[in-house]
Amino acid sequence: MTDDYGIWLYAVTGRADPAGLGRLPGVAGEPVRRVEAAGLTAVVGDVPLDAFGEEALHRNLEDLDWLAGVARAHDAVVATVPAGGPVVPVRLATVYRDDDSVRAMLERRAADFHRALERVTGRTEWGVKLFAAEPTDEPATADAGPSRRGAGTAYLARRRAVLAWRERQDERAAEQAEKVHQRLFSLAAAGRAHPPQSRALAEDNGRMIRNLAYLVDDASGTAFAEAVAACDRENDAISVQLTGPWPPYSFAAMEFQ
Amino acid sequence: MTSEGPVAPSYQTGMSASGNHQSANLGDILERVLDKGLVIAGDIQVNLLDIELLTIKLRLVIASLETAREVGINWWESDPWLTGDSERLKNENRELRARVAELEGEPEPEAIESGEVNGD
Repeated sequence: MTDDYGIWLYAVTGRADPAGLGRLPGVAGEPVRRVEAAGLTAVVGDVPLDAFGEEALHRNLEDLDWLAGVARAHDAVVATVPAGGPVVPVRLATVYRDDDSVRAMLERRAADFHRALERVTGRTEWGVKLFAAEPTDEPATADAGPSRRGAGTAYLARRRAVLAWRERQDERAAEQAEKVHQRLFSLAAAGRAHPPQSRALAEDNGRMIRNLAYLVDDASGTAFAEAVAACDRENDAISVQLTGPWPPYSFAAMEFQ
Repeated sequence: MTSEGPVAPSYQTGMSASGNHQSANLGDILERVLDKGLVIAGDIQVNLLDIELLTIKLRLVIASLETAREVGINWWESDPWLTGDSERLKNENRELRARVAELEGEPEPEAIESGEVNGD
């Protein structure tokens, strides 16, 4: 390695030869390769430091378009690594000076990596987003008969009824969301709650009230997907959206440091 | 309420192998590669939280406003264009009242504002 390149880390996997490697270019358009140590394989790419060095990263990460491209490329490489085997995805922007440095890290953390790989072996991450159903009809306006009082009072009464109805809808949505989570969690090996995404990203599905991730045994995958579909059908105050399959980003954290 | 065609769960293709999710939206990807995934020390340290503008943009993009407020990103709360500060509202109110008075043939909007005018 010359001084002008750094080693970008995508993921860590077991010894198994990752068959998918080389199919996709990395974040800098570079070919992706392997660095091995301690029975582990680091999936890496050589990236130019003038774009991926410390200073350059600080600058480039502020550019949302640049970031979007790099994020998609990083994710695409991580997703093709496992070829059926377990993988521990590494967070964006983890860069080493040279291969020796990567090997030293693998050896230092070997036990943790093996534990993390064991945890995700034979399992897949699924995302489940819950949205409050858009109110499709206002409540049947409380017809208390023609009021003796003025139109203003009638308007206020109607307004109050609508607000109360919306509040009930919110409560029902929250109750149904909790039931859905309990049901899906019972089918999963692990679950994590992430902050709901803003409406801008929710792509017209309405207001996101839960943003969940589940680590599901591959053997239970079909049952899980069916449960998600059933939850969507059976709950009128929310809609349920499944995303994935994902590499186990939400379950890669190792308990050290 | 009647639920008119709830959003069907969007199954992606390639359920067998993990990771075939090319159609995933950018928010889903960003929240994973930036916030999740294994965090280990590289030789080049880039603390994503130190990247201020990025953090603000992402918080606005990814997180709900409530979450952003929790982590202290709340610049919009002091932005008069977003909050409608009271001084601006007062001015607008004054102008509107003057306009109403003018339309109704009231010669002196100041009198209305002082609250001393009794009916018509």
